[in-house]
Amino acid sequence: MEQGTFRVKAGLAEMLKGGVIMDVTTPEQAKIAEEAGACAVMALERVPSDIRAAGGVARMADPTIIKRIMDVATIPVMAKARIGHFVEAQILEALGADYIDESEVLTPADDAYHIDKHAFKVPFVCGAKNLGEALRRIGEGAAMIRTKGEPGTGNVVEAVRHMRTVMSEIRRLQNLPKEELMTAAKDMAAPYDLVCEVARTGKLPVVNFAAGGIATPADAALMMQLGCDGIFVGSGIFKSKDPAARAKAIVAATTYYNDPKVLAEISKDLGEAMPGIEISTLQANARMQERGW
Amino acid sequence: MKIGVLALQGAFREHRQMLEQCGADVIEVRKPEDVEQIDGLIIPGGESTTIGKLLVEWGLAERVKARAQQGMPIFGTCAGLIVVAKEIIGYAAQPRLGLIDIGAQRNAYGRQVDSFEHEFTIPELGDMPFKAVFIRAPYIDSYEPSVQVLAEHEGKAIFARQKNILVASFHPELTGDDRIHRYFLKMVQDSAKKDGCKR
Repeated sequence: MEQGTFRVKAGLAEMLKGGVIMDVTTPEQAKIAEEAGACAVMALERVPSDIRAAGGVARMADPTIIKRIMDVATIPVMAKARIGHFVEAQILEALGADYIDESEVLTPADDAYHIDKHAFKVPFVCGAKNLGEALRRIGEGAAMIRTKGEPGTGNVVEAVRHMRTVMSEIRRLQNLPKEELMTAAKDMAAPYDLVCEVARTGKLPVVNFAAGGIATPADAALMMQLGCDGIFVGSGIFKSKDPAARAKAIVAATTYYNDPKVLAEISKDLGEAMPGIEISTLQANARMQERGW
Repeated sequence: MKIGVLALQGAFREHRQMLEQCGADVIEVRKPEDVEQIDGLIIPGGESTTIGKLLVEWGLAERVKARAQQGMPIFGTCAGLIVVAKEIIGYAAQPRLGLIDIGAQRNAYGRQVDSFEHEFTIPELGDMPFKAVFIRAPYIDSYEPSVQVLAEHEGKAIFARQKNILVASFHPELTGDDRIHRYFLKMVQDSAKKDGCKR
């Protein structure tokens, strides 16, 4: 019997596909998310928009918060560790979290290196803005990738940009002759073997979700049509007027993303979405997507 | 002969690829009308709560139940096993299809860090061991005598069949070994033949 193999780690991400992973901060929110049909929850102390508003240093949540959410949720519970903070990751693994998000939403603990994710039995998801970054994280052991987008803004434009970038870089690799792949690997600072694999298969070696700015059912369907495998919604649900209705609608939109009639139906009467932030009004140092190396 | 893969949430793409490798004609099932076009259905791994809710809310549950009662073969893997089970232990209110007389224990082996791979010899599939991947997997805690147990792990049934319903705790779509998919396709073929005789 083998535990913690890459197949088992990447396998859980395969099972989450076509689903919505929702940020929650309390057991009550976790129940609402599960009731709405979430395929997993992310247990947090604060949602990204509140982290953004609070400023200062954002760290792993108090284990009590995570534990309480684990006690009520029957679906997988994820939790965030700071970039490079392998001890936070050890703690989350010891708590029994089902997935660790090594996340730019928290303040990075290391300004040069990420966690060696192969060293853990628990699987990791990491953010990426482009293919090189995605393949570096997979090289370090990430079993799932998500776009970074711009968390806590309710503005989907950055997630779209990151998804389009990854997809177009994959298409480019597919058209390169073999002898150009080493230079391509060098240019995108990605492991050569993974670059060759992507060139051959035309897809990332692991599941790729959209995250960072998704606030409406239409946003979720847009990301699915652009080619992602599933959706993370952070502040978008519990910062909106009617979280239960919106959560349910985003779940349906992620299944029926190719059916505009269904999308029109489920987008009705959801109340106000979360307040959004225009990206150009963010100071350079307030952009979470720039965190990560 | 057309095989449907329930595509509401979860690892439906892998099942589709596996079936196509075996030469089957496959469609993804999302709407009630899709259920009328198929001769067999796979309910994939994913989250059983998500899949169960969407099945009921989008009007598929009744259609699938009706077809199953007419004898259409259905294969549930992992979450799919839970969705077709008559009883989900500890979750009486969870939406389900209730097509096979088993009691399913959710997350029976623990959390994700307890997920595992293991090789089994499954007599129905021949002598070569089958590598099974268990991800936050259920097991079959109890079953009616008419349920045929095809494999066990640590004294619990993990692969079983009752007439036209086949269930597995694990993920045959993740390992590249297509023997279980071929076994299911054979069930669909046999059922189509039987229908032919009746007519």
